[in-house]
This record gives sequence, C-alpha cells and structure tokens, in this order.
Amino acid sequence: MASLIQARDLTKLYRMGDETVHALAGVNFDIARGEYCAIVGPSGSGKSTLMNIIGGLDTPTSGRIVIAGNDIGAMADDDLAVFRNQTIGFVFQSFNLLPRMTALENVELPMIYGGIAPKERRERAAALLERVGLGARMTHRPTQLSGGQQQRVAIARALAGNPALILADEPTGALDTNTGKEILALFGRLNREGATVVLVTHDHEVAAATKRTIEMRDGHIVSDRINGGTPRHDAHL
Amino acid sequence: MMRTSDLIASASRALRSNPLRSALTALGVIIGVASVVAMVALGAGAQAQVERSIASLGSNLLIVVPGAQRSGGGVRAQAGGGMGWDTLTMDDAEAIVQLEGVVAVAPSQRARTQVIANGLNWNPQVEGVTPDYLVARDWRIASGRMFDETEERQARRIVVLGATVANELFPNIEPVGQTVRMNGGTFEIVGVLESKGQSGFGMDQDDIVLAPLTTVKRRISGRRGRADTVSQISVKAESEDALGTLQQDVETLLRQRHRTREGEDDFTVQNLSSITEAAAQTTQVFTYLLGGISAVSLLVGGIGIMNIMLVSVTERTREIGLRKALGARQGDILRQFGLEAVTLSVAGGIIGLIIGVAGAWLMTSLFTLPLVISGWHAGLAIGFSALVGVLFGAYPAWRAAKLDPIEALRRE
Ligand SMILES: Nc1ncnc2c1ncn2[C@@H]1O[C@H](COP(=O)(O)OP(=O)(O)O)[C@@H](O)[C@H]1O
Ligand SMILES: [Mg+2]
Repeated sequence: MASLIQARDLTKLYRMGDETVHALAGVNFDIARGEYCAIVGPSGSGKSTLMNIIGGLDTPTSGRIVIAGNDIGAMADDDLAVFRNQTIGFVFQSFNLLPRMTALENVELPMIYGGIAPKERRERAAALLERVGLGARMTHRPTQLSGGQQQRVAIARALAGNPALILADEPTGALDTNTGKEILALFGRLNREGATVVLVTHDHEVAAATKRTIEMRDGHIVSDRINGGTPRHDAHL
Repeated sequence: MMRTSDLIASASRALRSNPLRSALTALGVIIGVASVVAMVALGAGAQAQVERSIASLGSNLLIVVPGAQRSGGGVRAQAGGGMGWDTLTMDDAEAIVQLEGVVAVAPSQRARTQVIANGLNWNPQVEGVTPDYLVARDWRIASGRMFDETEERQARRIVVLGATVANELFPNIEPVGQTVRMNGGTFEIVGVLESKGQSGFGMDQDDIVLAPLTTVKRRISGRRGRADTVSQISVKAESEDALGTLQQDVETLLRQRHRTREGEDDFTVQNLSSITEAAAQTTQVFTYLLGGISAVSLLVGGIGIMNIMLVSVTERTREIGLRKALGARQGDILRQFGLEAVTLSVAGGIIGLIIGVAGAWLMTSLFTLPLVISGWHAGLAIGFSALVGVLFGAYPAWRAAKLDPIEALRRE
C-alpha cells in the first residue's frame, strides 16, 4: 500500500541563544492509509514538534516529509492553510471549541474556510454530529457540554473536511479514564470505517489502544512496532 | 477562501458578542464625524450667507457716496456750510460713464416716505433711480416691466415695487396695474422686482420701491438741496479685475471735478465686492479650521478603534490560532479583523452623520444661517470614517494574520 506519510531524515532545530535544541534529530518513518497509530514518548522528546510538522503548522529544518503528495517543507503559507483545511483533521487536548458558537457552528467552521455553501455545510455538520453520537446536542454551546461531549464535537469538526488524516494531540489528556476510553473507542471505530488516525500521547496505555506505536526519545525514534506483535521495519531506526 | 457572507457574519458576530465595548469604540468615531459634519455645515452655511449677500448686492459694483470716509470706516460729512451730503451730482454720474471699463452707471436718490395702498400703510426705502439701476445692482423684474429712460426724464408717476412691499400691500392680488399713494400723490405700479432676500447685514433688500429719479427729486424728496444732487452713484465694472483700476479712475475723476485733493475728499468710493469677498474668504478659512479641528477628534476615534482591535487580537489569540489550524489563510484573518474595524468606524460614521446633521440644523437655526448639507458632505463623512477604519484597523488585522498558529494555540 502507498504511504500516506513519508518522512526522511527529518530534523527540526531550535536555537536558544548559543544552544541548539534538536527537537527532531533525523526521523524516518512511513504511515500508510488506514493506519491507527500512536506516537509516544516522555515530555520533551519531540512529539509535538513532529505533530506540528505532520499537520502543516510548522516546517522541518531539513529532511523531507510528504503527506498525501504534499511536500510540507516546500509549501508557502497559504498552501499550508489549504493543506490543513483539506487534508488534516486536528483534535486537540483542550478541545479548542469556540465558546460562543453552537456545536453545529463549531463543526461548520473548517468548511467555512473550505468555501462550502451554508446549506451543504449545515447538513454535513449535522450528519457528523450524528456520527459521533451528538445528534441531540447540535444547538448546545461548549459550556453546556461535558468534556467527553466537547471532544466528540472536536472530532466531528476534524472530520468535516473529509481529511486524509486525523491528527490528535493528547486527545484524552483532559478527560477522566472512562471518558478517555470512550474517545479512544470512537477513534477505533472511525479507523475501522476507513479513517487514518495518528495520535500523540505520553501515556503507553492510550498507545496500546492503537494498532501501532512509534516511540520517541530526544528527537529520535527509538522503537516502532505493531501493538501486540513484534517490532516492524527496524531498517528505518 | 472564505465567502463574503461568512466574512460579514463572523465580523458582526464578534462585534455583537461585546455590544458595550463595540458601542464605546464607535463612540469616538461618532463624536468625530458628528463634529466634522456639524462644523463644516455651519461654516458652509455662513459662507453661503456671505456669498448670497455678495450676489445680491450686485457683482463688480462700486458705490460712490457723498462725504469722506473716516479711518474708522464711517462716512463724515464735509465740514462747513452744511453742504456735506450734496456733493454728488448727476453730472458726476455722466462723467463716470466716459471712463474705461464701465458697464453701467446709476445715480439714485433715497427718500423716506409712507406708501399707502388698500388702506394699508408701509414704510419702505424709496429710491429714485434710472433704468440702469437694475443693471448696476443685478435686480431682475418678476412681473410687469421697468420704466424706461423717457418715462424717467418725464418724471412720470410710476413705480416698481420690491417683493416685500408687493406682498405687504397686495397680499391677494397682482400689484401690476394697481396704484399706491406716496407723499400725497398717486403712482401706478408698472412692475415688481424679483426677491433678493436678506442682505448679509440683516437688511431686507426687498423692502424697496423704485421710482424714476426725476420723479423722486421733484415730487417726493422736495426741493431740499440742489436739484441735481444724488445720494448715491452705483457703478458697475465690466469685470472683477477692472474693479480696482476703475475705483482709482473714479476717485481721480471726482477729485478733478470737485477740485479736492487726496485726503480731503468730499466723496467716498466703496468697493463692496472686495469687502464681502474678504468676508467670504474669512468664513471659508473658518470652515476649514473648524473642520480641521473636528478631524483631529475623528483621528482620536480611529486611535480608539486601533486600541480596542489590538486588545481584541490579544484576547482572541487562541481563536485566531485555531482558525488558522482549521485552514484560515492570512488573508481570511486579515479581512475578518479589518472588516470588524471598518464596520465599527462606518457604523460610527453613519450615526455621527445623523447626529451631526441634527446638530448643524440646531446651530444654523440658532444663528439664522442657511443649512447647507450636500450629499457630498455626507459621502465624505462616511468615506472618511471608512478610511479611518481601514487605516487604524490595518495594523491590528495584520498582527492577527501574522500570528504563528503554534504559538497562538499554546496561549491560554
Ligand atoms: N518553539 C520552541 N522554541 C525552542 N525550543 C522548543 C520549541 N518548541 C519545542 N522546543 C524544544 O524542542 C524539544 C521537543 O519539544 P516538544 O516537541 O514539545 O516535545 P513533546 O511534545 O514530546 O513534549 C524540547 O526540548 C523543547 O524544549
Ligand atoms: Mg507536547
């Protein structure tokens, strides 16, 4: 199967005065369409840096990363915006819903930037909220929803652009254990329905809910294995 | 790319989410535009008033009166002999006709007498004039006709009424063909003048009756003084440029004829156009000054918008980061925040325009000036406030558009 994400010798440097931090120190991996994959590692290991680059929010210092045919390092600002809108669905730890908008309007938001007509947008947002089990909460505002429900709205929003990839940064970090499990189960279901999901976590238990774990430390990938199986393609390590 | 309708919806949602703040922000522009509109309208009203009085006095006009002008501006009678008011004659007027650049010369004699018609009494200014008076003073006939030179020489008992006199004495019927009584005699009305309205000095110019000069000399003002003296000579020059030279020529000519020297003149040549023009220029400067001062307050309103937009960008940093992560381009963010600023300033401009017009109406009616508000003024006020929104909204919007989404999302 063709790779959805292809990363080669990816580095990201941050200069802090005289010191240079290697947030990513030469990273290689491939992620295929339809995978459900976790990137784990302790704090400061480079997970968020990697996720920002995969999501087109940031560009690498060197190396090459191609996602669904888009060479992230070579793209202009506006092209990255279109890439984020069309190819990536973000799910954040703190949900990041706009508080003055209803659940439905929050889900519509990415489609506004996609230039989709209001009627189509509303129908699609409603269908997505049904899909994540919030059909009865469409006109609620974020403050009227529980944490788990808010994260479901955020997931519906991530699905709005029909993205090739759902990218979740610590999606269960702000939730209690049971609610977190429900959210992971939702990702699992979306994956079975065909979505490619990459989630970033420091929690090995969360990672175990996925099918593949890429482990990072100090900007390097230190292991990459199929969950419940043996390590895979060590060649890239 | 965001749709325009979505752009407008998102800007109006942001402004409505904090109505008090939006209102207070717009208030700066409201006050600025209101004061610009009111001040410019007031100034334009004053200017129109002055211009109207220039036109009504007659353009390119010199007025020669007897007596010397004091430095204070008043006219002093010639000392000695009590002859001071009798120094101008018909012959002087005829001599002035020969000068270069003269279009019309109209000697006139003023008289005060009661005018009676229909059992009504009225006290207008009565002027004995030659037909050329209409040309010199830019009067026009509204109905009937002016008397001609033959009628003037024959001292016919005919008159032309000013609009005020016509209205007062003949409120319901056409005055032409009717008669009035003056100084015991009966006079036929042959014409009515077009209205000129108030002069710049608050005088009703239409409160006038014109009679042939000879008639006035013989039958109304009586035999006081010499038979050929006049109280005024109106001289119309062919152009405004010729006015200055003509004034000097008239002065030189009259000095020769009266055998006086400069400084001892027994007459005064007034150049009214230049006086009123100077007044018009003064009011224009006054208008610009008031408008300019008010524009500063509009500028302050703009700074208020910039201030609030910067606060808003800071407060909504996380929202901006999210919007960018979800696919907003720099242009989308720039337009969203720019539109918020322009909406604030244009809304302020429209409200300010309404208040300014109301204020101008109040002030002009207080000072009895004409209310001059053109679509041009209104368009300028709205356009200027939009410009203020664009200018002062640009920097905060640019700041928002340039925010790094990663940094912005990390913000609490
Ligand atoms: N904007 C930045 N400026 C400087 N250093 C940074 C920046 N972002 C991340 N880093 C550094 O890069 C390293 C990796 O950070 P990060 O990707 O956030 O790790 P993680 O998400 O795994 O905790 C850390 O040492 C961090 O301090
Ligand atoms: Mg992190």
